[in-house]
Amino acid sequence: MIIKTLLSGDLPRSRILSAMLLAVLIGLILAPFVFPGARSLNVAATICVFVVLVASYDLLLGYTGVVSFAHTMFYGIGAYGVGLALNGMGPSWWAVFVGTSGALALSLVLALVIGLFSLRVKAIFYAMITLAVASAFAVLASQLSDFTGGEDGRTFRVPEMLQPGFRLLDTEILGRAIDGKLITYYLVFFSALALFLFMLRIVNSPFGRVLQAIRENDFRAEALGYRTVIYRTLANCLGALIATLAGVLMALWLRYVGPKTMLSFEVMTDILLIVVIGGMGTVYGAVIGSALFILAQNYLQVMMGKASVAMSGIPFLANLFHPDRWLLWLGVLFVLSVYFFPTGIVGRLRARALTRERP
Amino acid sequence: MTKILNVAPQDTALPKVRVDMVPLLLVPVLALLMLPLVGSFPTWVTLTVAGLAMGMMVFMMASGLTLIFGLMDVLNFGHGAFVSVGAFTATMVLLPMRSWVEADSVWMNLSVVGMAILLAMVVTGLLGWAFERIIIRPVYGLHLKQILITMGGMIVAEQLIHVIWGAEQIPLPLPTTFRGAFIIGDAALEKYRLIAVVVGLIVFVSMFLVLNRTKVGLLIRAGVENGEMVEALGYRIRTLFVGVFMAGSALAGLGGVMWGLYKETLTATIGAEITVLVFIVIIIGGLGSVGGCFIGAMLVALAANYAGFLAPKVALVSDILLMVTVLLWRPQGLYPVAKR
Repeated sequence: MIIKTLLSGDLPRSRILSAMLLAVLIGLILAPFVFPGARSLNVAATICVFVVLVASYDLLLGYTGVVSFAHTMFYGIGAYGVGLALNGMGPSWWAVFVGTSGALALSLVLALVIGLFSLRVKAIFYAMITLAVASAFAVLASQLSDFTGGEDGRTFRVPEMLQPGFRLLDTEILGRAIDGKLITYYLVFFSALALFLFMLRIVNSPFGRVLQAIRENDFRAEALGYRTVIYRTLANCLGALIATLAGVLMALWLRYVGPKTMLSFEVMTDILLIVVIGGMGTVYGAVIGSALFILAQNYLQVMMGKASVAMSGIPFLANLFHPDRWLLWLGVLFVLSVYFFPTGIVGRLRARALTRERP
Repeated sequence: MTKILNVAPQDTALPKVRVDMVPLLLVPVLALLMLPLVGSFPTWVTLTVAGLAMGMMVFMMASGLTLIFGLMDVLNFGHGAFVSVGAFTATMVLLPMRSWVEADSVWMNLSVVGMAILLAMVVTGLLGWAFERIIIRPVYGLHLKQILITMGGMIVAEQLIHVIWGAEQIPLPLPTTFRGAFIIGDAALEKYRLIAVVVGLIVFVSMFLVLNRTKVGLLIRAGVENGEMVEALGYRIRTLFVGVFMAGSALAGLGGVMWGLYKETLTATIGAEITVLVFIVIIIGGLGSVGGCFIGAMLVALAANYAGFLAPKVALVSDILLMVTVLLWRPQGLYPVAKR
């Protein structure tokens, strides 16, 4: 019952899916204790942030049917907001607060302006405009080096409680020191969880239903009396704000901001790949997709490296399996899934569960 | 009995289509406005020629995209991939025939570049055919899927370039006689830029003639206006689609070769980087309009060059500012295409 309320009545509706979600959740909760080592903790934190980022993108793409390429821009605004505030004002919670609220305000204004300017027209127009604005923003961030640190980005110190040297308890719990890194991880994790549940609430609210109506048939939604421009713009702003918060979390975790990790177009294509492969229009797709994608990004490449070495005798194939070429295979998977499984992994699993119930 | 029908006398001509002149004036007006700001005349000439050259190259890449959109209502987000493939294909001619490239003879240089362009256009044209067949055909009419799928096609194409040509940058030196500049008065005009202007003009004029003076062009224009009607009159619009898609891709390939020689180094993302500019250009011109695309390309390139000289920081966002200004004035672009 509590679970049902927490998930806003939108249960996974598939046993396999529930099992996968539980596995991801438990894995993320226990990550610092079960998988020791800096790298695996980093993977876990990245998954948390990406779940939020991708789910907020799903709000736009999957639920409202709006293609935006400016999502990394909002993500970057959040990261840069906190990063520059901490860099300029010193490591304090006040700086985190100022940076976050400044970033949120900027994102809101930008999302409103872009939305009102171009959401009246077709989806295609919006996609192009956001692409142009986001790339201009990325160029600005890397060129205004006095302010943003240019290509190198900025490193900064986080508030004392989050610094790796900080000890909350003198004793170790389950063989792990309770240090600032752990606290940061749980800060990221619980914020991500809260934001995720919040988005689940949004898409299952009457507001979310209107968004889906707009996606299915905007003319009809308009005819029913919903001002589609306003709903689209609201969804756009909401997505932007949550992406900004995801950026804040990422910056706090990495203690670094830079154009390559925060604003580059690669991040945008990653988001697209995750949301489509995971499942558009199902917030859960973001969880499954991010977990699989980030794990693949970090561990599949090692396996591909081995395959490439094994095939080093054959010139073309070796190149095809070169560890840097993993995006090729994901791209193929992406195209295939747009054709054959437009609802992604989650949609497939749900459809399977449905046919099993009513054969 | 009074006249019931008010029939026009037979010798009156059909009502003329009014030509919208205002956008045409924008380019010279922008150029002239900048003259006092730049200050010195020779610098202004250099900047203007540089802008025109860049504009022509962008036009080559953008014209195919806008025509494809106008005719088929398909926006190919993977258009940049054809630009990259075109540029990389050119290396297959230009690098093995290095002696011709380095020879100090205009004819040898021209013919080797000509061969490179021809090969690039053939390859990108065929690729366009495959792309239309495999990637785009199943998603006609579905905008959301088109955006996603062409984006995916772009990712795959970029990675395949890495697989085929390797992941490193490839230097692409300009042929010997194309280097350097003509000095006229105090103004330095780079030779390669002049060549780009000439090639761009040839492309524009031939495209204009094909669209306005041939039957195929008539059908294409009719298809942009109303595809179903063309089909009802017994023409296979599918064949037309494929042809235009191939031609547009080949033009992108041509633009890619020119752009690659201009940059002199090649990376697989060369197409993705220019895509943003290309989109801005076709938005400014009005989606689907070739003439608007030409003017848009010139405006964007000139503005970028002037801004780069006058206020380098502004140059970073000059295209966006230009786009916003144009859209505030004409929300559908300079030459709105009637149907959309």
